[in-house]
Amino acid sequence: MQKRAIFGSTSLPYLLLLPQLAVVAVFFYWPASQALWQSFLLEDAFGLSSTFVWFENYSELFADSGYYRTMMTTAVFAVMVAGLSLSLALLLAVQADKAIHGAGIYRTLLIWPYAVAPAVAGVLWIFMFQPSLGVVAQGIRSLGIAWNPLLNGNDALILVVLASTWKQISYNFLFFLAGLQSIPRAVIEAAAIDGASGTRRFWTIILPLLSPTVFFLVVVNIVYVFFDTFGIIDAMTQGGPSKATETLVYKVFFDGRLGGNLGSSAAQSVILMILVVGLTAIQFRFIERRVAY
Amino acid sequence: MVEHRGFSRFVPHIVLCIGVAIIAFPVYLCFVGSTHPQDVTSNGQMPLTPGPIFFETYYKTLFVGSSGSTREPVATMLVNSFIMACVIALGKISISIISAFSVVYFKFPFRMAAFWLIFITLMLPVEVRIYPTYKIAADLNLLDSYAGLTVPLIASATATLFFRQFFMTIPDELVEASKLDGAGPMRFFWDTVLPLSRTNIAALFVILFIYGWNQYLWPILITTRDDMQTIVIGIKKMIVTADALTEWNVVLATAMLAMLPPVTVVVLMQRWFVRGLVETEK
Amino acid sequence: MKRSTLLTSLTIAAATALASPASAQIEIQWWHALTGANNAVVVRLSEEFNQSQKEYKVVPSYKGGYADTMNAGIAAFRAGNAPHILQVFEVGTATMMAAKGAIKPVHLLMKDAGEKFDPNAYLPTITGYYSTLKGEMLSFPFNSSSAVMWYNKDAFKKAGLDPNAPPKTWPEVFAAAKKLKAAGYDTCGFSNAWATWVNVEQFSAWHNLPIGTKGNGMDGFDTVLTFNNPALLRHLENLVDLQKDKTYDYSGRTNAGEGRFTSGECPIFLTSSAFFGNVAANAKFEWGNAPMPYYPDIAGAPQNSIIGGASLWVMGGKKADEYKGVAKFFTFLSQTDKQIELHQKSGYLPITKAAYEQTKASGFYKERPHLETPLLELTNKAPTENSRGLRFGNMVQLRDMWSEEIESALAGKKSAKQALEDAVNRGNALLRQFEKTVSR
Repeated sequence: MQKRAIFGSTSLPYLLLLPQLAVVAVFFYWPASQALWQSFLLEDAFGLSSTFVWFENYSELFADSGYYRTMMTTAVFAVMVAGLSLSLALLLAVQADKAIHGAGIYRTLLIWPYAVAPAVAGVLWIFMFQPSLGVVAQGIRSLGIAWNPLLNGNDALILVVLASTWKQISYNFLFFLAGLQSIPRAVIEAAAIDGASGTRRFWTIILPLLSPTVFFLVVVNIVYVFFDTFGIIDAMTQGGPSKATETLVYKVFFDGRLGGNLGSSAAQSVILMILVVGLTAIQFRFIERRVAY
Repeated sequence: MVEHRGFSRFVPHIVLCIGVAIIAFPVYLCFVGSTHPQDVTSNGQMPLTPGPIFFETYYKTLFVGSSGSTREPVATMLVNSFIMACVIALGKISISIISAFSVVYFKFPFRMAAFWLIFITLMLPVEVRIYPTYKIAADLNLLDSYAGLTVPLIASATATLFFRQFFMTIPDELVEASKLDGAGPMRFFWDTVLPLSRTNIAALFVILFIYGWNQYLWPILITTRDDMQTIVIGIKKMIVTADALTEWNVVLATAMLAMLPPVTVVVLMQRWFVRGLVETEK
Repeated sequence: MKRSTLLTSLTIAAATALASPASAQIEIQWWHALTGANNAVVVRLSEEFNQSQKEYKVVPSYKGGYADTMNAGIAAFRAGNAPHILQVFEVGTATMMAAKGAIKPVHLLMKDAGEKFDPNAYLPTITGYYSTLKGEMLSFPFNSSSAVMWYNKDAFKKAGLDPNAPPKTWPEVFAAAKKLKAAGYDTCGFSNAWATWVNVEQFSAWHNLPIGTKGNGMDGFDTVLTFNNPALLRHLENLVDLQKDKTYDYSGRTNAGEGRFTSGECPIFLTSSAFFGNVAANAKFEWGNAPMPYYPDIAGAPQNSIIGGASLWVMGGKKADEYKGVAKFFTFLSQTDKQIELHQKSGYLPITKAAYEQTKASGFYKERPHLETPLLELTNKAPTENSRGLRFGNMVQLRDMWSEEIESALAGKKSAKQALEDAVNRGNALLRQFEKTVSR
């Protein structure tokens, strides 16, 4: 895709690109290449000595059952957050679409959590669910449920999922609402005249028409869980207990922390970069298709 | 019109009200917690209604700071966050709009290569390359400076893509007309492209302001001085306590203050926010 | 284009304007991790030092939790921007001392600066943790504490226990916790913070049992973990068993669960003696503390406890006159009245013998016996090879690993025996990796 009418100039386009490319080169490509280089090294915490070890960091990583467990945790986390936030957001969006009066007000009241910083969201939720001081935690415990996210990995994961979902519902809601509002009323009314019930209309007409939005949101939600939940996890559980809430990105940070295992941390970065390239390729193809249409 | 009879008319409103209540509940509790003394809160005996020390807490938080940890008034942190968010948002918009302009309106060798070089950065979030990036920032003497807080985060594949997409929709006739008038590319940029992009810039600004405001890991590493802290990391530092107690009222008041500006921006600039979100959709 | 250059120059201008506070004094950066009343002590000590002379200015900066502070220090060193003084928690000791070029040992610092420095003036159980085998002090102990058992006297009365005779042994603690549970403390009879520090590290020293070979790593990095012994296994099995009905209830790896004591939920709570300030401010009941419990059938128990807390490391690569300032600051901190202030205001232990003696002589402990409990534990017997302290590389990660295994056992995912074996085996793998990376 190229404009027909374009300017001819030899130096101007480069000059215009220069600031962006300079930042990208200095703060993206250079550190990324450093990470790649570090992934072949065994280094001490202070960077005073290092040995080139070829692929040892990688082979140790793939021999470590903990790495696979973190992958599983990330996958479970992503499925739970995507599933929960998408279905809740869809429910709310469908209702907001029906409630013709006040849809705008509801939208305002539902979208603001998007603006809350992940770390702050983490603080809000830990404040409710921390076993010794949380109001909600005490409610749960008074029901006789042994709620203890400090000890029980499942409880901790649930807590992190809830906080992440809370933040993500607004984003999903907006897209669903936009998607729903773009469905021509005539289509739905025609179905209604045909005698299709509300639920039937939803499953046979509305949802298929929404499917591009759903697919797009699934990808976005996965990316969200991968990267944007870092602050939530760091503020709430630091990946514990027993690594039950450690995602791949958090592990990169955690293993490199205190210089404990910089080589492995760098190797994990490289693996993640490859993974994200894949995810982005899917996303980009999808966007291109949307653009074409 | 689809049927709306009797009780079923209220169902959507009921569902939505429950949804709104659940969404708002954590923030309500946060507010309540910020108005109770910390010994009540940390002993887990907090009531569900606001307590007596609203003014004291917020005054202390804003102008004195948490006595037990950062000792930096949150007002300073708010200023830092505000500067960081604005510089990141405006910086991203400025460098992205000119690079998109370059890629769309010029034909030159390595055009697509340059575009891809920018685009790929989408795939390298800062968390993944945090330690090497920190090292470079330190080598460039950027620690504890607003430049260090912002410049490394200023490249934006998303914004570039967004402007590229938008420029594609500007009719070619406008360029041709401008050329007929004998205007050069920069004239065309200032007189035509920039005014046409106004709403897009506003939309993007909202999204990027929030992005900048909510930065977490990068400011933690890059700032060593207390007076350079942003509010989000201020909270993180207040909540970690070695052998002392967390001043929950101050922490929660800080959380309220940290949410206020970005939430206000989203609510007041909702039209642009929605537009920015739906159209950048990376 | 114009805009962006304008913006950049604005940013840079703003940055430089804020970057250099005008002063001819030599600034000494001190990164620390202390909060609350302890933070206030840090600030006051710095101010007093700054007022006592004109040449140097100590600038304390709170960097977050212990791990965050150490992480920031390491990252800053790698980037050539380390502070002069870095407060590092006790478990970071091996990592710091292995980094020969990154640190300036305190005994050398004092010698080079020509400051009077007598290692014998300090309490050996405290400085021993931070010294070489030859007794050369590597880092300057700042805030030290030990683990003690806090208990709720009101709860004891309610359960028909004698509030002035706290349980001494573990079996007595279990019995008391069961009575407390029956008396209404049904979610938590007893608990502890700092899961591994209390249950592995202090437990081993207190029972004169080794954690690892080579004197718990003090004699060399080729140490091997050996704490999977019958005594520790029995203790862990007891905890697992009692966790089932919440006679014992786990409270996490750090001290985040300490609120359970002050709120009155857990009537018996083992944690740092530095919990004092928090208890005094928040507990709405009568409380006291006592030495850690022990198993009476283990020969030699109780031995002596070890310290926790943090010390001040001097980072390498700074200018000689800056080091001189640091040395002067350490001399200042060693003054008896400063140590007494630190001890009495923060609840941390004094590091010099004179400060301890003087506090004792002043009758301070008569009114506040709970501040002497940790000192009595530390000086209970002359330290053995098992109770001098410990020095394992990657200790932060080791603690995380051990906590994970303890958590697995308590959650019933693994047997206590398996968990202990795994903790040792995984830990050893990490120790070997550390051995490979340390500079020799």
